[in-house]
Parts: sequence; structure tokens; C-alpha cells
Amino acid sequence: MNFKILERNVIVLIVAILITVSIGGLVQLIPLYTMEVTIEKVEGMRPYTPLELAGRNIYVREGCYLCHSQQVRPFRDEVERYGHYSLAAESMYDHPFQWGSKRTGPDLSRVGGKYSNEWHVGHLVGPRDLVPETVMPAYPFMLERDLDFGDIALHMDTLRAVGVPYTAEQITHAFEDVKNQANGEEFDPDALLERYAKVPIGDFDGDPERITEMDALVAYLQMLGTLVDFTAFKPELSHR
Amino acid sequence: MNQATAAVGGNPDSGAYNEEVIRKFVIAATFWGIVGFLVGVLIALQLAYPQFDPSLEWLTFGRLRPVHTSGVIFAFGGNILLATSFYSVQRTCRATLFGGKTLADFVFWGYQFFIVMAALGYVLGVTQGKEYAEPEWYVDLWLTLVWVAYLVIFAGTLFKRKEPHIYVSNWFYLSFILTVALLHIVNNLALPVSVFGAKSYVVWAGVQDAMTQWWYGHNAVGFFLTAGFLGLMYYFVPKQAERPVYSYRLSIVHFWAIIFLYIWAGPHHLHYTALPDWAQTLGMTFSVMLWMPSWGGMINGIMTLSGAWHKLRTDPVLRFMVVSVGFYGMSTFEGPIMSIKAVNSLSHYTDWTIGHVHSGTLGWVAFVSFGALYFLVPRLWNASRLYSLRMVSYHFWICTIGIVVYITSMWISGIMQGLMWRSYDSLGFLQYSFIETVEAMHPFYAIRAFGGILFLLGSLIMVYNLWRTTKGHIRDEAPYVAAPMVEGARS
Repeated sequence: MNFKILERNVIVLIVAILITVSIGGLVQLIPLYTMEVTIEKVEGMRPYTPLELAGRNIYVREGCYLCHSQQVRPFRDEVERYGHYSLAAESMYDHPFQWGSKRTGPDLSRVGGKYSNEWHVGHLVGPRDLVPETVMPAYPFMLERDLDFGDIALHMDTLRAVGVPYTAEQITHAFEDVKNQANGEEFDPDALLERYAKVPIGDFDGDPERITEMDALVAYLQMLGTLVDFTAFKPELSHR
Repeated sequence: MNQATAAVGGNPDSGAYNEEVIRKFVIAATFWGIVGFLVGVLIALQLAYPQFDPSLEWLTFGRLRPVHTSGVIFAFGGNILLATSFYSVQRTCRATLFGGKTLADFVFWGYQFFIVMAALGYVLGVTQGKEYAEPEWYVDLWLTLVWVAYLVIFAGTLFKRKEPHIYVSNWFYLSFILTVALLHIVNNLALPVSVFGAKSYVVWAGVQDAMTQWWYGHNAVGFFLTAGFLGLMYYFVPKQAERPVYSYRLSIVHFWAIIFLYIWAGPHHLHYTALPDWAQTLGMTFSVMLWMPSWGGMINGIMTLSGAWHKLRTDPVLRFMVVSVGFYGMSTFEGPIMSIKAVNSLSHYTDWTIGHVHSGTLGWVAFVSFGALYFLVPRLWNASRLYSLRMVSYHFWICTIGIVVYITSMWISGIMQGLMWRSYDSLGFLQYSFIETVEAMHPFYAIRAFGGILFLLGSLIMVYNLWRTTKGHIRDEAPYVAAPMVEGARS
């Protein structure tokens, strides 16, 4: 083969490089959007409530994904330790995905409901008070800081634009739904439950007077991995 | 003119070349290198001694870890690649940088501004939450602009070259610049919540975002830390060894093979996840195949010393370069093994991965960069030679021991933790709780931090040595003298 033309003409070299490096990515990425089986058909998935979304943004902000995975692999020990292996459907509304690549701490994809709110708050404020051997940093400031959720509807609007199926009603009531979930003023959990299924409701941070960042983060942690109804899930229909 | 002479020859008339901007890149690379290593040591100590938690949000592991990774990859590595590509492209093309001083200065200051904006964001909690692609949308846009200017300078200089042939180092640099642009743009496509705010949501979701992210993430390794630094190797190793590149044919074969194969390897970061099996299998297969072209590069680099092996005794700068290529070969052998699904089921999520990355980044990327810095500084500051060759040797040994301590401790802790997670007792229950595996990591985290401190110390010796070199000082020390050849040993 004669490589002379490639090594004497910059434009030809650029075009040849671009073609060569594009093939692999195209083959691996495009089918993930076109094949219907990429994401399993499951019961129970819904977009995050406004409070959970705010909590998830704190999770992203603090870089929790750098030490905690959210992806249980289909191994006996992982399924026994964490619960059912993770499905693609469970992160279908995640912008960005937070599967992580390192378990300095345990997997969190199914942490929802495993510990009490009080445990989470105590653990985030002083991890070594509850688990002496842990290497996790402390996050006491989350309990002190009011949650900034004035523009939460705008966040949901943006997510809708990139494909999360929020309804107009959910976006209109976003601001009050934060209060509805976190036991705030004008507390109306029924209104929230009409808009979202399977929502953990309550005063997450132990301070009913305020809605703090701790409220949001704990609300997010308490719903992780709880949405999909695994009694209705048929793995044999999800071979991919 | 063939490859070999293009590398060793070159134009002695360097007056026409833009060297001022390269001096700036060299200073920036050295500065950010130390910052990046320092933050690395800090977060390693945080894992080893968590009881000294200052409880300050800006200093938590989660916020500092991207400062470390971006600091060493993009700030240190990036400035090295900019410095060395601008230095070698001018000489291999016998042409000054396209776009003149203004455009080159724009790339310099623009790139430093990108680094500062990204790092400030991390500390303040502004992040996209995608590994190695943490900067938010406005920083990404700025970097795109700077990167296009970089491409214009580099391709423009190639365009106006006075050599008929494009030298091999420039193929690698060009593929690095083009592919990084492609990866950066696709992976970071995001919609800002408001044009006045920092927060955005990436357009990809869930499993598709995972695939896009690791298509990006693995090729940040493949093109930023590999193709770019192979370009560096192809210019600076032959120059320092004063020998031609070993095989021109091998450089063609492994160049096209490596850029074609690397891009497929991303899914090995997602083994046994919810990514469809066909994609995982493709990723594993191509990762194993990648072993061959990787070793093509290693062989070409190391064999460039054929006929000049004795120089390793008297030239510690060359020692840095050759050992770096050795580390490159080692980590590109370990990588394909770890990409095999059965091995990955043990190694994934553990410190083994961290050790693997550091054998590549400390052993290969940083060492070849140190070699290039030692090559460049005397030439750019018109010093007759380095301030001290002995200190280069101290730097070499302290850092080498640091790396060995680092990767060995991570091998042990990673494999141990992986085995503890899957260990069952005689009654069929999981033998260890998660926190027991964390507790078992402690000694290895302390040893790893010590390895990192050694690496930082060695690098500080380099900074002192380079600083004295820029002043034109020469240290009073015993020179390196070649040992007398034993009669009959020549064969």
C-alpha cells in the first residue's frame, strides 16, 4: 500500500484520520439509540420529583459518583449485598448517568429505604460518629444551608427539552411540590402523590421549619432503586 | 529525505521559530504539574487519614479529585503536549508557527484560562458529573474555541512546511488534536438551564450517556495520553538518543492500527453493567487487539536505542525516556488483560484500576514529559547544558521508587478488596461487610500516599534543576563518564 499521499498532503491526512477514528464510535453509539431492546420494558419508572432532582444535583455537585457506584452487576455476591442487578431502564431519565467507576464506598443504586432518614443525616454530618472505619468526608454544611429551589421548574423544563417526560402540570407545580414532599409550609402530600408514584415523603433533615440541602439529598437517596416493580420484571424478555 | 534523517537532522537556525510561546508552555506545564501532584497527595492522604477531615466543603475528596485528574491530565499533560508539539512541528516542517505570535499567545492564555475556570468550578461545586469531562458548558465552549485555534496553528504550520514529507510525530499530534475535538464536542453536548447560570443538563441519558462518556473517557486516554505523547516520543527520543527511529514501516502500521482500534475500547469500562452485551463484547475484543499496536509503539521507541544502549549509563535524561516507554509497554499489556470480562469482574470498581492508570500516567506520561522538559529547557533558555545531571538521576530514582510503591500497593489493595467482596463463609453467607473491606484498605492507602509523596519530591528536584538551568548555572559535580569497554565484550 502506498502511504505517500497521506504523508505529503495535510488535507488528505486529516480526512483519513477523521474517517479512521469515527468508525468505532458510530458502530457502538448509533445502535444504542435505534435498537428498541436497549432499554428494558419495566413497570414503575418515573422522572424525579422536584425535591429528588434537587437532591440529585447536590449528589452530582459533591462528586459522590467518584466513590460510589450506582450499578449492581449480575453476580451472586453483588445481588446479595445490594439487591437486584441494575437495569438500563432504571437510569433512563438520568442526565448525566451516575453509574460511577469506583467503589471506595458501597454501591448506592438500591440504598433507598435501607436506612432511616435520621441515620442518613447523622452519617452525612459526621460519618465517623456512625461508622468509625469510614473514609467518607463530612457534609455538615448541608444541614445549615437552605435549599435553593427557586428555579426548579426551569431545571425540569430543560430536562424535558432533552427528553425527560415531565408533564406541564408537574412543571407548573414544581415549586410547591418541593414543599409538599419535604413537609414544608402548605404541606400537601396528596397533591404530590397525584403527580408522582412511590414518593418518600416527610421531614428528611429533622428540622420541620426549613427545607435544607440535606432534605433534598436524603430524599434522593431514599428513592434510589425503589421505583421498578421487580415482581413484574421478566429477565428472559430482556436479552440484549 | 527519510524518516530517520528528518528526526535527527533539523534546522540549526532556530532564530526564525516562535520559541517564546514554548517557554511559556514549559513554565505552565511545570507549575501545573506540581499543583496536580500536590492535590493528588492531598486526596491520597484524605483516604488514608480521614480523621483529619477539615469539614470544609471546598476540600472534600469529591471536589478535589477532579482538580487532581484535570490538573495532571489537562493542565500538566496538556501544556506539555502544546509545548512539545509547537516545538517539534516547527523543526520538522522548517517553518515558523502559522498564525504568528498573536494566535499562539491566544492559545497559551486561553488554555490557562480554561484550566483556572475549570478548577475554580470544581472547588465551588460546579461540575457536569462526568469523569474527566467535569467542566460545565461555558468552560467547554471556551475550550472548543481555544482548541480550534490550536488545530489551525498546527495544521497551518504543516501546510506551509518546507519539508516534502510530514514527519511521523506530526501524524500522532494531528490525530490527537482532531480526535480530542471530536470527543469533547459529542460528549459535552448539553443544554444550560439558563445562559446566566452554570448548571446544564447533558443531552444524553442513562445507558447512552454511559456509552458516550466512556467512548470519550477511554479515548481521552487513547488520544490525549497516548497518541499525543507518542508524537512526543517520536520526536524527542530520537533527538535525545541521536539515533534514527527504529522502523518507518512499523510506525505506519502501528499509527493507523492504534487510532482505528482505540476508539472501540470504551465499553470495557462498562462490563457487566446495563450496557447491552454486544457492546461489551466488542469493547473487550478491540481492547485485547489494541495490545499489538501499543507494543508496536513501544518497540519502535525502545529499539530506537539500538546501537546507543551505552548512553543509558551516562545520560539520565534518556533513561527517563526509555523507562517511560517501558512503562507504556507494561500498562498497555495490563490494560488488555483487565478488559477481559472475567478479569474485569474482579478488578472493576477497585483500586487495581487506580494502580493501572497510575502506571500509565506516572510511568509513561509523566516520565516522557520529564524527559522532554529536560531536553527543552537548556535549549529554550540558551543554556549550555542542564544545571545538574546528577539531580536528574536523583529525580529519576526517587520517582521510580515512588511509582513502584504506588502501583504495588494498589495491586494488593485492589485484588484484596475484589476478593473480599465476593468471599463467602462456610455457611454460604457473604463473609465481609463492606466496611470491613474499607478497613482492610487502610495500610495500602497509607503506602500509596507515601509513593505519591516520593513522586512529588522527585518532581520538586526537577523544578529546582530546571530553574537553575534557566539561569545558566552549572552545578559542581562529578560528571558521568562511560565505563571503559571490556575487551571482547563488544559482540
